[in-house]
Amino acid sequence: MSAQIGSILGKQAQGLYFHAQRAELLAANIANAETPGYRARDVDFRSALRAAGVGSLEQSHERHMASNSRFQTAVFYRKPDQSSINGNTVDMPKEQTAYAENALRYQVNLRFLDGKIKSMMLALRGD
Amino acid sequence: MSLEGVMRVSGSALAAHTVWLDTVASNLANSEVVSGSADDVYRSRQPIFATMMKPFGDRHGAVGVTVEGVIESGPPGRKEYAPNHTLADGDGYIYHSNVNTVEEMANMIAASRAYQNSVEAMNTAKQLLTQTLSLGR
Repeated sequence: MSAQIGSILGKQAQGLYFHAQRAELLAANIANAETPGYRARDVDFRSALRAAGVGSLEQSHERHMASNSRFQTAVFYRKPDQSSINGNTVDMPKEQTAYAENALRYQVNLRFLDGKIKSMMLALRGD
Repeated sequence: MSLEGVMRVSGSALAAHTVWLDTVASNLANSEVVSGSADDVYRSRQPIFATMMKPFGDRHGAVGVTVEGVIESGPPGRKEYAPNHTLADGDGYIYHSNVNTVEEMANMIAASRAYQNSVEAMNTAKQLLTQTLSLGR
């Protein structure tokens, strides 16, 4: 039964996790906006989705890397529009927009998940 | 959960930028300091930011920021001929601090903006976490 619950929540839960991780990455960009030599990073949703869909690595040994490397493969360095003198590539307005957009997408996922949970509760209660 | 990671990363930025604001305040406060020797006079202090090389126990390595050190920077300050000054040296010179107040004001704005940005990021993460906690209610 628990596996079924997992598969019902599946996509949205994964999406939630993806956006939470992306939020962390973007927060790191914002935090390092004044750090010399810091290179801004982001994660590409499409390639993360593709990596999640196909070729997810199986762990046949307990010392294999966790499948979180899927996220890792989709991380890329931002290409700066304008290079700064200290080698920092954080473009603050861009980061803020991305962060806000990401938060919104997280909320969308949350809403879907909430709906699923609520309809399941409704089915369970039956009233 | 990575939203707590946002808290940690932004928290490190708040700490680092507070140090920056501290040095700005110190520089501005001491901008008019004079001394009788070029070695003793106040020199402008600047924090050196660095990314935390060790991410917070995370796999994908979102990294915080840390203050690697505060350096006393810059060229020598202005030397003024003021033989009547009580602090004047044997040749009648006093030495001003090398603080550039205009630069420091600009630094202050940059530091407070950076601080605000991290606070906003943290606030958003907090809201998202609260909403996640009330999932299914």
